[in-house]
Amino acid sequence: MPRVAAVDPVRVGDSVTIGVSGLDGLVRELAARGYKTVGPTVRDGAVVPGPVSSVAQLPRGVHDEQAPGSYRLRHEGDDELFGWAVGPASYKGVLFPAEETLWRARRDGQDAGVDEVRDARRPLAIVGARPCELAALEVLDRVLLGGPVVDDRYAARREGAFVLVAECGKPAATCFCTSMGTGPAAAASASVSPSESRFDLAIAEIVDDEPGASDERPDAGAQVSRDVRVGPGHRFVVTVGSERGASLLEHVAHVEASAADRAARAGVLARAAAQMGRSLDTDGLAPLLARNIDSPRWQDVAQRCLSCGNCTMVCPTCFCTDVDDVTDLTGAVERRRHWASCFDLAHSFMHGGPVRSSAASRYRQWATHKLSTWHDQFGTSGCVGCGRCIAWCPVGIDITEEAAAIRASDVEAAGAGQTRGER
Amino acid sequence: MTGPEPVPGDARPSLAVWKFASCDGCQLTLLDCEEELLALAGAVRIAHFTEMSRASIAGPYDVSLVEGSITTEEDARRIREVRESSRTLVTIGACATAGGIQGLRNFAASGEYARAVYAHPEYLASLDTSTPVEQHVHVDLALHGCPIDRGQLLEVVTALLAGRRPVLPGHSVCEQCKARGTVCLLVAGGTPCLGPVTRAGCGALCPAVDRGCFGCFGPADTANTEALARRLISDGLATDALVRLFRTFNAGAPAFEKEGRAHEPRHPAS
Ligand code: SF4
Ligand code: SF4
Ligand code: SF4
Ligand code: SF4
Repeated sequence: MPRVAAVDPVRVGDSVTIGVSGLDGLVRELAARGYKTVGPTVRDGAVVPGPVSSVAQLPRGVHDEQAPGSYRLRHEGDDELFGWAVGPASYKGVLFPAEETLWRARRDGQDAGVDEVRDARRPLAIVGARPCELAALEVLDRVLLGGPVVDDRYAARREGAFVLVAECGKPAATCFCTSMGTGPAAAASASVSPSESRFDLAIAEIVDDEPGASDERPDAGAQVSRDVRVGPGHRFVVTVGSERGASLLEHVAHVEASAADRAARAGVLARAAAQMGRSLDTDGLAPLLARNIDSPRWQDVAQRCLSCGNCTMVCPTCFCTDVDDVTDLTGAVERRRHWASCFDLAHSFMHGGPVRSSAASRYRQWATHKLSTWHDQFGTSGCVGCGRCIAWCPVGIDITEEAAAIRASDVEAAGAGQTRGER
Repeated sequence: MTGPEPVPGDARPSLAVWKFASCDGCQLTLLDCEEELLALAGAVRIAHFTEMSRASIAGPYDVSLVEGSITTEEDARRIREVRESSRTLVTIGACATAGGIQGLRNFAASGEYARAVYAHPEYLASLDTSTPVEQHVHVDLALHGCPIDRGQLLEVVTALLAGRRPVLPGHSVCEQCKARGTVCLLVAGGTPCLGPVTRAGCGALCPAVDRGCFGCFGPADTANTEALARRLISDGLATDALVRLFRTFNAGAPAFEKEGRAHEPRHPAS
């Protein structure tokens, strides 16, 4: 029986199929509803978050080659829109900017005034975040919203943010989300905030015309723009995560996902999981690192590490900032906040000097925070397995390899008598 | 602009600007503070600044900005005088902080550059070396760069006036690339870049226009030049190009000097 567009109302949990113009309609509808829409765009040879107001701005036909310390894009001229893995910048930079002014103050004779600096409130819609990026946002939520001190600037940007996840079909050689339980499917990890949906919509892109192919593409009869070329069989299987996601879908042509479409999605995700470039053995990893703080491996990595801080900057969950008070000659004062890194000497500066003066202690802080002490602090791993720190490390230091090396030389495994107490 | 004559009862701190072996670019940065220049001239008494005025008043000075490296006996004497008459001495720029590009002579045989450049090198009366100010006198604060950054200069002056510590990063240029969203040239293009071992301060200007970092601000606090050299060599950078990369404006900064020497040809040309 031919499938007909939009019969029953879409509900949370439903699985529906849309075409490329359907996706385009979703993006345009989000913009029409007043959202500031950001998503993957190609700039300077990398896929980075940028303004996206239609499907035409997405990285069509763009694929990537990633390796430790290396990243290259290939433009293959095909129609795939999400055939790449994460690039250097994450949505952290959108919700928690690298630099921002918190307040300005001015002294006028006896009077002084302080003005808080806020950006214009406009709800954000992220179109095409990867599952690991969604997981990273949830980690940031825990860090910045879940403790006794709430970061109200992050909260204001995060509140009401619409998230459309693009499930992964083409992981990079640096990816290891399967190890961290964050991908390649959008629902791979348990929700860290069970009361709310993790995402509004999740799409799985299907470009071939094999399983689930149908002559009646849902684009037929769609009320949406047709300026985007649609490849044969190019479609998206959408998982509905929220009421507003469901209501958005009502604006574009869609059909209930057929069994074949669902199977095609499962195939894409299974192939992605099988292609995962790296893995990290998380079994007992937090205590393992904690008891190996004197491992000689830290000295070994210190010979290679530049202390450049790139890993912490590209990591979608690193949240460290520093605050500077800046004065000018007219008596105005400004407080600015900017990202900081545990690879900076200033980061551990106490009276008398920096606490982490050796490169070994700085790398150890990074790796143990991500994989061990983060659990103590926030009840979750600080790593979502996106692989950014591996690709964007100028000397290709690989956190999965370092963790594996420490596991291989574990003091506890080496001799029971040498066991160190956990810190 | 306020003249340099001492005004009785003028409580403003005095500022002096001194030049040694240099190109004047760093002190020009002070005049380059166009919008802030009037406020600056109102906040401090500019007591000696020959690029601005011939008039000069005698010390002592609250703050001395010192540009240039020490390349003559006379320089070596004069810098001690400057030190003695200054409460706070701030070195500005790669010449003053690391010996500058003229410090390349430190890597050559005595007089080699002078013979190559001048028809009559016998008229020169300069030392065989170009050395940073801190090798001669105590320096209170160093402002790096070739040239220095205008914003950092204003930050230092305003911080000194406000009696607070100036905010001057010691971390890598890479962090500024990431903050401004520049896609890494080294990782995404294999371009040789000194950013991972270079002190931030310029705002990562060059990578933003597709040029690898030249190292104008000298080594970062934590520079591991050896690890970067290994990566650049494995990318195919020739040893002489690698030596040149470390030997520009900050050739004499210890971390860059050491790395440059490590890759020099073992057998010097006869
Ligand atoms: S530690 Fe590395 S792999 Fe893990 S989330 Fe951060 S950048 Fe991604
Ligand atoms: S790894 Fe370093 S920069 Fe990242 S959150 Fe931890 S301490 Fe901060
Ligand atoms: S691990 Fe790599 S990216 Fe991180 S500080 Fe060291 S060299 Fe830089
Ligand atoms: S372009 Fe250079 S300075 Fe910028 S991040 Fe890459 S290595 Fe660092």
